[in-house]
Amino acid sequence: MSITAQNIVKSFGAFKALNNVSLEVGGGQLVAVLGPSGSGKSTLLRIIAGLELPDSGTVRYQDDDVTDSHVRERNVGFVFQHYALFRHMNVFENVAFGLRVRRWPNKEVEQRVNELLQLVQLEGLGRSLPSQLSGGQRQRVALARALAPQPKVLLLDEPFGALDAKVRTELRQWLRRLHEEIHVTSLFVTHDQEEAFEVADQVVIMNRGQIEQVGTPGDIFEHPANPFVMDFLGDVNVFHGRVEGGRVKLGDFDVGSPDQPGKEGQSATAFVRSHELEIARSWNGRGSALKASVVQVNPARGVVKVRLLAPDFGLALNVDVGWERFAELRLSVGDQVYVAPRKVRVFVQDYAI
Amino acid sequence: MSEAAGGKSRRGYEDPPVVKWLLIGLAFVVMGVLVVVPLVNVFYEAFARGVRVYWANLFEDRDTLSAIFMTLKVAPVAVLLNLIFGLAAAWAIARFRFRGRALMTSLIDLPFAVSPVVAGLLFVLIFGLQGYLGPWLREENIKIIFAWPGLVLATTFVTFPIVARELIPLMEAVGSDEEVAAVSLGARAWQLFWRVTLPNVKWGILYGIILCNARAMGEFGAVAVVSGRITGQTDTMPLRVEKLFQEYNLPGAFALASLLTMLALVTLVVKVTLEWRTRREIEEAARLRTQGGTI
Repeated sequence: MSITAQNIVKSFGAFKALNNVSLEVGGGQLVAVLGPSGSGKSTLLRIIAGLELPDSGTVRYQDDDVTDSHVRERNVGFVFQHYALFRHMNVFENVAFGLRVRRWPNKEVEQRVNELLQLVQLEGLGRSLPSQLSGGQRQRVALARALAPQPKVLLLDEPFGALDAKVRTELRQWLRRLHEEIHVTSLFVTHDQEEAFEVADQVVIMNRGQIEQVGTPGDIFEHPANPFVMDFLGDVNVFHGRVEGGRVKLGDFDVGSPDQPGKEGQSATAFVRSHELEIARSWNGRGSALKASVVQVNPARGVVKVRLLAPDFGLALNVDVGWERFAELRLSVGDQVYVAPRKVRVFVQDYAI
Repeated sequence: MSEAAGGKSRRGYEDPPVVKWLLIGLAFVVMGVLVVVPLVNVFYEAFARGVRVYWANLFEDRDTLSAIFMTLKVAPVAVLLNLIFGLAAAWAIARFRFRGRALMTSLIDLPFAVSPVVAGLLFVLIFGLQGYLGPWLREENIKIIFAWPGLVLATTFVTFPIVARELIPLMEAVGSDEEVAAVSLGARAWQLFWRVTLPNVKWGILYGIILCNARAMGEFGAVAVVSGRITGQTDTMPLRVEKLFQEYNLPGAFALASLLTMLALVTLVVKVTLEWRTRREIEEAARLRTQGGTI
């Protein structure tokens, strides 16, 4: 069952939470909505669920216009960040709730709940109270409860937000596998980039009540649509330069050519990811390089994070160096080195981040 | 020295043992003189002439019996009214943000601030013969003042804040997350109320009922004004106690007083138990909401 949101506008007082947002989620897909807090991602999810009503715009499930129908008629499964389990009911009754209010016969309720407890790997915990479960278990109960009445779509609001890092990683891989098993159209909201990119078929990036980019994780990472996306994905160095003779220059330093042709003298912003900067002890003059000194060296998982300062421009740079390359360079604090970008993304249009 | 006086060891910031024991001793003496001795005395006086007389004083005096029945009639009705109002008010204040919400919150407490006698007078001014509605009520042949409806009104007014005050913080602590979840799962309004909202605050409600009932049965001032104190007709237990006392019937007065005291003791035990459970409800709510993650 596909989800279509069209031209959604929603304001809270003077604050415009969603500014003409349109989104399409194909049937059976698992889609992540990613954005900083206040970007409107949760509001969009709640509008799709019917927990919030849009000021204008329409929401459709497949071909049904559900814009004006009440949450309880929409038949959605909604998973809340803080689980919102019924604290006085045991796990079994929590999962059974959606079936009981629909007056399913006892026998079928029992069958369906057991089926779901098996699916979320919580067999045998039916009689426990939510307070006796760990965070990860609670979240799985919440998921089973949302899935029990066979919802048309599954909506998850920061589903792993309240869990600690390790459980989080386990649960999101598990969610991916679960989705491959049940194939219900799912939309989840997160501010965690890693989570979105690891789990989702499609990622929707939101900022200030608007969608910045929609695409597969690979697409977005390889071809960020604009400076916001580039910056939001993080681990990036920013150069503010000018267009001179078709190239973007920062003083004498030639950063690279812009992706779109820019006017002479126009200001441009260049982004270079930390792992796309090359450090060298000496420079043979091919291409353009910046002189810099090593300020800090932090070994991390997989790479060594080197912090440099280019004194000519007062520019601080973060460079990820592979362990092998690091061993070759034998960098230490205070060393004078050269830095050159291997890959640059340049945006000439004015864009406020 | 400190070993002997303060148990295992005394911490540096604690007062000297002399001060500690002096204060504890003082507290015990005051408690004894003001609470325990009078309490024991009530039962001592009530049973001073034996169980037989005690029984006769309670259940063979027609007027005392009528007072007991009147209290048993008025208190439950007042409790029921307060329960309905308390739930509605707590729901409104905990769940909605509206104009006048702050005003409503403070107005709920008003009956605790007003002297019960004044409260009684308010009702006489409205429903009494000389009151605003008096002539109309007489035409319609409805008796409120000097009859049990007046007693119910006055008692309800005086106990007005109890249930609501108990429920507002509890419902705010529990929050509306579970209710939203229930609606998203397809629950209708009444299913939501019976299956989610009510079970979450049941101990708070019970606590409110017990406290409200104790206060309703013991009410004197407001009830004294609206009842007209007609012996055998509109007297309640506290009014009857005072009347017997005025008539120098001490064993009778103390016998009835002992009933009220027993009610108080039962209330105390139930209250402590329920307080413990309500506190757990609130703590649980806080824990489930904030710390959601690992246990």
